[in-house]
Amino acid sequence: MEYILKNGIVYDPANEVNGEKKDVYFKDGKIVEDVSSAAKVIDVTDKIVMPAGVDTHAHIAGPKLVLGRLYRPEDSRRGVTQKTKVERGESGFSIPSCPTTGYRYSRMGYGTVCEAAMPPLEAKHTHEEIGIIPNIDVNPLTLFGNNWIVMELAKEGDIDGLAAFISAWLKITKGYGVKIVNPCGSEAWGWGMNVHGYNDSAPYFDVSSKEVVRALAKANEKLGLPHSIHIHPNDLGHPGNTPTTLETLDSLKDIVKSTKKSASVRDQTVHCCHMHFHSYSGTNWRNAGSGAPEVAKFMNHCKYATGDVGQVTFDETTTMTADAPMEYDLYRLSGLKWVNADIECETAAGIIPCIYSKKAPVSALQWGIGMELFLLIDNPWQINLTTDHPNAGPFTRYPRIISWLMSAPKRNQMIESHEIHKWAEKRTMVASIDREYDFYDIATITRAANAKIHGFHDRGNLSVGSNADIAVYDINPNDFDPSKNPDAVERAFSRAKYTIKDGQIMVKDGEIVSTKPSHVIWSNVKGMEEQEKDIIDKVMPFFKQYYSVKWENYKVHDHFLSNPIRVDVE
Amino acid sequence: MSYEPPITDYDEIVENCTCAFCGCNCDDLDYLVKDGHVVAVRHACRLGASKIMEDLDQRLVVPMIRGDDGELEEVDWDTALDKAAEYIANSVRPVFYGWSETSTECMKEGLDLGQYIGAVLDNQATICHGPSLQAVQNAGYPIQTLGEVKNRADMIVYSGSNAMNSHPRHMARYSVFPRGYFRQRGRFDRTVVTMDPKFSDTAKMSDKWIGFEQNGDYGFYNAIRAVIKGKKLTQEVISGIPREDIYELVDEMKHAEFGVLFFGLGLTHTLSKQRNIDIAIKMVMDLNKESKWGLTPMRGHFNVNGFNIFMAFETGFAFGVDFCRGYARYMLGETNTIDLLVRKEPDVFLVIAADPGAHFPNGANQHLAHIPVIQIDIHWGPSTELADVVLPGSFIGVECAGTSYRMDGVPIYMKKAIDKPETCRDDEWIVREIKERVMKLREEPNVAPKYIPNPAAE
Repeated sequence: MEYILKNGIVYDPANEVNGEKKDVYFKDGKIVEDVSSAAKVIDVTDKIVMPAGVDTHAHIAGPKLVLGRLYRPEDSRRGVTQKTKVERGESGFSIPSCPTTGYRYSRMGYGTVCEAAMPPLEAKHTHEEIGIIPNIDVNPLTLFGNNWIVMELAKEGDIDGLAAFISAWLKITKGYGVKIVNPCGSEAWGWGMNVHGYNDSAPYFDVSSKEVVRALAKANEKLGLPHSIHIHPNDLGHPGNTPTTLETLDSLKDIVKSTKKSASVRDQTVHCCHMHFHSYSGTNWRNAGSGAPEVAKFMNHCKYATGDVGQVTFDETTTMTADAPMEYDLYRLSGLKWVNADIECETAAGIIPCIYSKKAPVSALQWGIGMELFLLIDNPWQINLTTDHPNAGPFTRYPRIISWLMSAPKRNQMIESHEIHKWAEKRTMVASIDREYDFYDIATITRAANAKIHGFHDRGNLSVGSNADIAVYDINPNDFDPSKNPDAVERAFSRAKYTIKDGQIMVKDGEIVSTKPSHVIWSNVKGMEEQEKDIIDKVMPFFKQYYSVKWENYKVHDHFLSNPIRVDVE
Repeated sequence: MSYEPPITDYDEIVENCTCAFCGCNCDDLDYLVKDGHVVAVRHACRLGASKIMEDLDQRLVVPMIRGDDGELEEVDWDTALDKAAEYIANSVRPVFYGWSETSTECMKEGLDLGQYIGAVLDNQATICHGPSLQAVQNAGYPIQTLGEVKNRADMIVYSGSNAMNSHPRHMARYSVFPRGYFRQRGRFDRTVVTMDPKFSDTAKMSDKWIGFEQNGDYGFYNAIRAVIKGKKLTQEVISGIPREDIYELVDEMKHAEFGVLFFGLGLTHTLSKQRNIDIAIKMVMDLNKESKWGLTPMRGHFNVNGFNIFMAFETGFAFGVDFCRGYARYMLGETNTIDLLVRKEPDVFLVIAADPGAHFPNGANQHLAHIPVIQIDIHWGPSTELADVVLPGSFIGVECAGTSYRMDGVPIYMKKAIDKPETCRDDEWIVREIKERVMKLREEPNVAPKYIPNPAAE
């Protein structure tokens, strides 16, 4: 089927197209140079056309999501809707059910989402959920940072072994890249402890967080994976954690980026997720302040690191992370119902509901820090829009964040009218920054940069040959001032005029008109078969003795893969 | 127990099969197969082995329909499926109950049908660990995988659970006996405590037995919490346990490096029901201030956890989900099977891989006797006597493959080892067939003409 998307105002930062009026052609799911006269014309005159959104970091499928849904029916009830001929009925606000997740992303014009934490032992579960999420492609990142075998290999300094291990485990779990969460800290949580700072070691294993992260970064570049290491540093959410964050990023400055073709799309060697949680100053919550200027200064001088913000959105949400000791700290603070889920030899996870209130000083400060990161980091290619869904807020709030970024008056009004607590004014400099994002910047931080960071060449852009993943928003940028109309911006980005995925129209006028099964994207390293066999033979005695499942039942069977897209890495 | 010589007469061994009995989902079983039958099972406990080997005992092999004379008559598949579809298509309040002994793949078909027709989907949690789930929703859920227990735990507590009888390999494979990474001496490195009014077989294996009074659970845990928080007990004896014993126990619990509480229906179904679990969860949370503790409910069926997980990621609710209004509704005491049956609401009851005839209270079963019951199962049971349509399924993990979730949430793909009897069908196929036939018979009710957003989610 051929289509012409006619007369749209196109924003395609990957190809440096900034608001040009032009047509976009696509055929059989791909963007093409030209189409025949039989092509169907979709008139989008003077409306914003962008590549479909790519989410750098969210938690949408997997065991901890399900624990959240299981123990928070009050959240599920918040989003219940009736079944229609097209949709299966929704539920949930901060932790929507799988079908709901797909529909809501689609409505916002998104096409690809990274599931940021997949424990290998329960990878089957993650894939089973991905199979049920409609309309979006998902690339899950496998957790490596607290894996016992990784820690042992890092201690030995066996980078070759580690590379083979990553290669083998990505195949076993059908993962896309390397995720590191609170390295060594989640292992310490096995004994109810945590690590403090980047140079602290996990008990017994006697290997520091720094050694693990550096070893994984080296192994990642050795393999030339499409995505760099994706790190959630130590000390998340603790006042005064900025030095840890900067030390973590700084320690990777000598890592040489792979020259392989598979790694050629991205520029970075490290991606630091939800940076706002890692940019606090002070020593406790009484004197806490913003470390964002420092972090932004570092990022502005740094060519090898990217990040996403994890912006707080002032909602009642559900925090969930593999950083289990941090979740326990939150439990001690708030006393709300706490979930913990330790996974043998690999990782841990924690969940707790969280209410980010506009009237709460800490929430206001967190909001300000996130905004500062957006506004003080100069290069939009280095910073992505996320809420670390559902940790700082649900992904359905992205349009609202866009409206804040595009409107300094809106931000100032929130601060000056004391709609939000004065800490945002007193302890951050948001009120004094008048930078505003334009649509080109927005397209960068929500699709182009995100795709580049994840090493996708076939999405996040409108190049010929790329997937026909396109979003159209009902705004005429030539006749519209986003700075003065934040609410209209939010409305438009919440309900895409069209969302097109692989050439199929999924959303029209903000409503789902069709659905399609999702794809799962995973990395397949080729040419390491020998080394993989060696490392598997080496860890097999350990596996047999200390895991609670058999090797044959550990790996993700093909049965669980929904329409896999295999990314081959030579 | 008399000596049984090992089986030597077999054609092949199928390794790493998963046991389809309790929530342990032992995935290390070897089936010895001869002439298409499992003649022996290695590594399994007696419960698992006998279920797998005696798969033909009282096996339902042909579809049946209850005739006008009240007797079940053998019919062909088409007739039976049409009859089942007709009952469902003509119903206004269907309930689909069971699911805990079938695969998530089959549940998927069931959910599709349930959403299409507006049914209630519920599983055995409603009569077993339902109160536990309720407590989880009240208080939280600090759990860990079973391998974590094996590698780290130096204190194991069984409360209201007789694992030696109900989950025979639990202690051997996961908790008490195995040599773990940090517990190289296995049993000798662990302290085992059983809390149970009965001196059970598990208690016999334990270092310590706390035989509190029946229904004394809540008071006992309350006392433990008080002592953890540094309070003095004023009563000499609490729930039948001298206070000195409680002080001593709390001291041990606080000094454990990694403790785990396994609780069974003995805790969920005594007087205070979900409040017992509430306080047990709170106790575990308190203990985490001193040390590291977790808990795990001892789930009974091999995929009872799977249904809760499946429904949570599909619909947002764990069990007792009612679609009759076209959207998911979950209200304990309202949308659960027993409550519905006692209120005489359902007009068709589909039971798959469960035996309400044996397990439901009398009042609920009385209503079942008055409405059409469709049974999908592999064995005869009291429910067969209540059923109007009987559809013989196949044995997950033996005759067909499928996904299940262990009690700790670890997913396992259970593989197929032998062929099913010729006249039986896979559960997944049966439910899909019914679904397709219902879709032909009846247009979808309760569908909104267009999407109406829920303001609460805006």
